[in-house]
Amino acid sequence: MRDVAIIGVGMNKKWGELWEVSLRDLFVEAALNAIENAGVDHIDSMYVGCMSSGLFTGQEHVGAMMADYLGQCPVPATRVESACASGGAAVRAGFMEIASGMSDIVLVGGVEKMTDVDGDEATYALATAADQEWEAFNGVTFPGLYAMMAVAHMHRYGTTVQQLASVAVKNHLNGSKNPRSQFPMKITVDTVLNSVMVADPLHILDCSPITDGAAAIILCPADRAKALCKNGAPVKIIGSGQASDTIAFHSRADLTTIESTAKAAAKAYAMAGKKPEEMQVVEVHDCFTIAEIMVTEALGLVEKGKGGPAVESGETAIDGRIPVNPSGGLKSKGHPVGATGVAQMVEVVEQLRGESGDRQVKGARLGMTQNMGGTGASSLVHILEVM
Amino acid sequence: MTVGIVGYGACLPRHRIKVEEIAKVWGADAPSFKKGLELREKSVPAPDQDVITLAVEAARNALARAPMVDPQDIGAIYIGSESHPYAVKPSGTVLAEAIGATPNCHVADFEFACKAGSEGMFVAHGLVKAGLIKYGMGIGADTSQGAPGDALEYSAAAGAAAFIFGDKDVIATIDHTHSFMTDTPDFWRREYMHYPRHAGRFTGEPAYFKHTIGATKALLEKSGMKPSDFQYAVFHQPNGKFPMRAGKMLGFTREQIETGWLVPTLGNTYSGASPLGLTAVLDVAKPGDKIFMCSYGSGSGSDAFIYTVTERIKKVQDLAPKTRWMLDENQIYLEYGEYAKFRHKILKAE
Amino acid sequence: MSTARAWREYPRRYRYEAATCKKCGKVFFPARLICDACGHREFEVKPMARTGTILAHTVIRVPPAPFKDQAPYAMAVVEMDAGPRLTCQVVDLQEGQLKVGQKVRLEFRKVFQEGPAGPIQYGYKAVPV
Repeated sequence: MRDVAIIGVGMNKKWGELWEVSLRDLFVEAALNAIENAGVDHIDSMYVGCMSSGLFTGQEHVGAMMADYLGQCPVPATRVESACASGGAAVRAGFMEIASGMSDIVLVGGVEKMTDVDGDEATYALATAADQEWEAFNGVTFPGLYAMMAVAHMHRYGTTVQQLASVAVKNHLNGSKNPRSQFPMKITVDTVLNSVMVADPLHILDCSPITDGAAAIILCPADRAKALCKNGAPVKIIGSGQASDTIAFHSRADLTTIESTAKAAAKAYAMAGKKPEEMQVVEVHDCFTIAEIMVTEALGLVEKGKGGPAVESGETAIDGRIPVNPSGGLKSKGHPVGATGVAQMVEVVEQLRGESGDRQVKGARLGMTQNMGGTGASSLVHILEVM
Repeated sequence: MTVGIVGYGACLPRHRIKVEEIAKVWGADAPSFKKGLELREKSVPAPDQDVITLAVEAARNALARAPMVDPQDIGAIYIGSESHPYAVKPSGTVLAEAIGATPNCHVADFEFACKAGSEGMFVAHGLVKAGLIKYGMGIGADTSQGAPGDALEYSAAAGAAAFIFGDKDVIATIDHTHSFMTDTPDFWRREYMHYPRHAGRFTGEPAYFKHTIGATKALLEKSGMKPSDFQYAVFHQPNGKFPMRAGKMLGFTREQIETGWLVPTLGNTYSGASPLGLTAVLDVAKPGDKIFMCSYGSGSGSDAFIYTVTERIKKVQDLAPKTRWMLDENQIYLEYGEYAKFRHKILKAE
Repeated sequence: MSTARAWREYPRRYRYEAATCKKCGKVFFPARLICDACGHREFEVKPMARTGTILAHTVIRVPPAPFKDQAPYAMAVVEMDAGPRLTCQVVDLQEGQLKVGQKVRLEFRKVFQEGPAGPIQYGYKAVPV
């Protein structure tokens, strides 16, 4: 296997409720920014991470469609789907195409256009990441499933609603420094706890939003990175791990652990030859505040059960022991489902290149992304090191 | 051959609403409704309960009291109701599937206002008696509606009672039956209409009383029995007054009627009414007790039955929840707004 | 939802049929073609006992489209006494009953219906005992 580097990154200008931008234009804008950032004059292949273009906009076959609108036909173009981990899974697919020697320049992008449907329909579309017959059929929603995860975690470890809210507070503080954020306003623990309840004990401000957005990266073999890369340092993907778990949350061996993340991380750490304590900046999948707490435990960044106290005491702030979600995370930056996994890579690359402005983690050279689908039925972990 | 009840079970919703709550909204005088109807509160089905769900749980309780019955040996299932969830698609097939009685089973849904339940019982037991099937089930279940502000709104309630009939291991034999009917327009509902209509005072003497008394007198004569031969009497109970008055007119005492008289706190469970009264009696009856039951359905007709309780009753009474317990314990009281939402009385957007 | 898709699951939704691996004894709800513990392909199918315990719970206040009129409603992860776990609504709750460790029993209830003209979907819900 060849080593793989990222030589370009891009996103569409701003994430949010973008009435005037269509699904295809979102993707193309981000892709063109990544191609320009890389400075490459062609691509060999492309992957499009997208969870549910069919349910949100009626459009499938988006691999081909994006190749078309990017002006890249006839390159091979494949849509990758793994619910909210579609972006991370697309990254891994692109990584493998380079690592295998099949292609030399691969575009990996992710996109989701979620605001053309109303709230109920969006909730229903997102619930397709759960078990349709045995979870969604009975009326559960994503906030509902994560709420039950929170109840189990709180029951066993004493995690508090204040600790959950602290995740949102931290991420909004970080997001307030991110010009692309959907919700860059700062909030307090009280703001969260006084916001409307969505699924007890999760309030609306414990939940990531519905967002339109896209992100893209350009991959190439590491031994060609320095030559090809036109803007900023190339960043090597030194570890990639993926794992699956039961589709239904209720079937997990331990309701308080996101096992697929732990397993994916173990693979990534092993491939990279690194340990959790060496990570300097991490972007995780905070679809709900409880998710960030449980993921930091699964990644081995904090002790099991201590995720709540860690965020409450500032350990995961930008200037803390282990900065988590300096971008603002899904919570503040937004969560256009298929784009998230790719946008996490964009953030870490920019951090490792020293390009993150007010939210820069000082001196970061080694970073990690964690992207997951559903309630953790799929997880993707990537470890990145600046070259 | 001796045919009788082999298992019985009931299912009542847990929600209730008091007469005062309803009267308050419509500006009516609660005390006079309570006195006039001899009724204080009624059961309300939750939005996720309907005739099918109530019937399934009642049937499960009946099977719990008849542990030797393999559902695959049930040859007929008849649910009688005036609020079947579908206008076309049987309720009985869903119940058959839920209890594992499919596929070798005869199913038909019955309707005849409030006596659809007793009809199901009459036909199911008849097929067993004819030797055509090994076990048969008759169920009376309703979630009927009263129009907002109408007198029927105070009493229209929900519940289900299920009976398994067979010729072995009976807990109560069916000794005699009689059906009495005429075409009497006292209460009806046209297709596509949401609420029924009734003919006011005409629902009394020419309707309820004529048929209840007609069926009862005919059955007593046919069987050579008199009211004092019975320990219990169960009549259809659209309100608290009618069954007591009918009983008195026929020569039964208040004491004989009280055990099966659930309406004051249950309301009128329509096709479930006299069948549920029967389950409450079976819950406490002793071997040798004789039970008289007479249903009434508008339109009109009455089905009357005479039962004799056997020794076996003692073995089964505690095998499933008792009707009085379901009626008196574990209740959740509603205000009118929630009640109206539960009963789909609020006009929503398309 | 296609009625065929709902109908296919009646043995599970209506009768709680679970499958026990004939080799290692793991119990599955719903049934599977292959045991994920030992890889065996043969199972004994029979209805589960209806009782279980709540392991986690929530109250859904922002429902998906088919459940719009039902909110708020309680849901739980229930560990059945027979072994498998499932996710379902919890109904007929009295104060203080929606908690980890609460014993429940499955009852036959309407889960949702597709408008005034569509089919009615029945299934299981948990009721506190």
